[in-house]
Amino acid sequence: MDKTVNQKAWFLVLPVFLVVAFSAVLPLMTVVNYSMQDTFGNNQFFWNGVGWFKELLDPSTDLGGRFLASLGRNLFFSMVILAIEVPLGIVVALSMPRQGWTVAACLVILALPLLIPWNVVGTIWQIFGRPDIGLMGYVLNAAGIDYNYVSNDIDAWVTVIVMDVWHWTSLVALLCYAGLKSIPEAYYQAAQIDGASRWAVFKAIQLPKMNRVLLIAVLLRFMDSFMIYTEPFVVTGGGPGNSTTFVSIELVKIALGQFDLGKAAALSLVYNLIILIVCWIFYTVMTNAGAERKHQEGAA
Amino acid sequence: MARIDLVDLAHSYGGNDAPQESFALKPVTMTWRQGGAYALLGPSGCGKTTLLNVISGIITPSRGKILFDGEDITPLSTQKRNIAQVFQFPVIYDTMTVGQNLAFPLKNRGVPKAEIDKRVAEIGRLLDLEPYLNRKATRLTADAKQKISLGRGLVRSDVAAVLFDEPLTVIDPELKWQLRSKLKALHRELDLTMIYVTHDQTEALTFADTVVVMHDGRVVQSGTPAELFDKPAHTFVGYFIGSPGMNIIPAEVRGREAKVDGHVIALGRSYDQLPAGAKIEIGVRPEFVDVVAPTPGLLTAKIERIDDLGRIRFARTRLGDAKLAARAPAGFTSSDGTAGLRFDPSHIHVYADSLLVEGAA
Repeated sequence: MDKTVNQKAWFLVLPVFLVVAFSAVLPLMTVVNYSMQDTFGNNQFFWNGVGWFKELLDPSTDLGGRFLASLGRNLFFSMVILAIEVPLGIVVALSMPRQGWTVAACLVILALPLLIPWNVVGTIWQIFGRPDIGLMGYVLNAAGIDYNYVSNDIDAWVTVIVMDVWHWTSLVALLCYAGLKSIPEAYYQAAQIDGASRWAVFKAIQLPKMNRVLLIAVLLRFMDSFMIYTEPFVVTGGGPGNSTTFVSIELVKIALGQFDLGKAAALSLVYNLIILIVCWIFYTVMTNAGAERKHQEGAA
Repeated sequence: MARIDLVDLAHSYGGNDAPQESFALKPVTMTWRQGGAYALLGPSGCGKTTLLNVISGIITPSRGKILFDGEDITPLSTQKRNIAQVFQFPVIYDTMTVGQNLAFPLKNRGVPKAEIDKRVAEIGRLLDLEPYLNRKATRLTADAKQKISLGRGLVRSDVAAVLFDEPLTVIDPELKWQLRSKLKALHRELDLTMIYVTHDQTEALTFADTVVVMHDGRVVQSGTPAELFDKPAHTFVGYFIGSPGMNIIPAEVRGREAKVDGHVIALGRSYDQLPAGAKIEIGVRPEFVDVVAPTPGLLTAKIERIDDLGRIRFARTRLGDAKLAARAPAGFTSSDGTAGLRFDPSHIHVYADSLLVEGAA
């Protein structure tokens, strides 16, 4: 049978095309355009080619130095919060009740931090940690610990990390809890009969059954912490000095503080690219793991 | 290796104060012989899994004692009892190879490595799992996985009894036979006490030398398949075992005669002392009732249909309000939809309040 040729169908795609063009393609192209030029205001632009990108990757220049330093800080931050939130989330999930009304209570309490907007979380911790009026800051100083996140690098880092752990461990815990709930009771009974210790049960049953949700948790937390802006900006503003200036904070400083649109555009493109690559790696790993599982189940 | 005694054992999920009618497992005292192959047979919810879990220690009974070789092990945890259990769905440890799966119970008990390797090789050979010992267990078929579950129990040399909780549920029909004969062979070879829970009478009757029938939390009869067939102790056993099940018909019984629907049926034994006020029924298996052409003096029933099972035909008939299945001899046809019923008196049993009454010869 012949296909009916009707080019009018293209008109149906037009609205979507326009919306996507205005919301994504045009802004992105503008950024690409900016990244190749320099401006000194007055809407005057000068061609710079790949100059900004070269500078960005060269630590000896000002731009490159700032970018690579903030990138390093950002990666370190992501690693630290993953190293804390993942094990902590697992422990929380393991110690949660499995039935009864306490389940609902635990779930609600765990979900609370997740529902608070980023800037409110920042504000909460900014006040909480103040040595003069904040409960935590005051108590720590009263206990003889010299704590001041405004002037001390390490205190600032600790505050930002503890804040993120407080905000996001629940997510890991909830995901792990869902994974744990899907394990049939017979597994635990069989392990009991096999004389397995608590640790052996965790290693042989619980961890393998959780590994998929854990992968999702690691992906989500990595991406999110790699793009973190609001909370540290509200608490420390990137300081003291540059010690808690993460990539997104640096980006905003360059783009809106110095109005260096070219540099900022180049930086945001590279930033975007890093996130895309990490995303792709995780996606590939996850779909491969899924395919392998499907293959196993198909064979079973 | 052990004899298992249950002494006044009962379990209630609602605690001991709950009325006894609500007990998941009503008080039972019985002995499981060392080396016996037992089947626990009964419909879903009759308490057979509860009984199994009580023996394995997953559930602590709310009343009574369990003795292994005379030693009270009621308070012992599952780990400390020498019990192996195979569950309805295969339980395997995903990340381990088949060999590691088999070694797991021994490793947990701190057995030396050389001994573990020896036992794993031995059990692998016994269960025909040798070619898979180094393969990941997740990739195997359901019946191989069930064999691994079983192997994890057998690998312990001190295991007292192996419990099976409907282990063939997820196995393909053609493999069920194979696995079941494998179990029988293992039973003969290893001299283990095996307790097999199922709701499938074929499975129970082919696997076990003693079948324990449970109904509503109670053990109603325990005996060889032939005993259950010939002399059901409870009307439930009568119609649960056999296909079609035993005919249970309300009757008035006096001496050597039962009166059904106004007609008299001769009985093989004499029943003079029936409990007063009890509900009296007679039970007879369809194999011992023949439909014949209506004859004066024989009970007349309406034929509803005739089921041809190939080797044998059963007539489904109606007798007043009661339904009755009977054997239809070759060549039998009914012109007007009625037939006479000829009973074999020696195979008619009398039940008072559902329990078998022994007649005098």
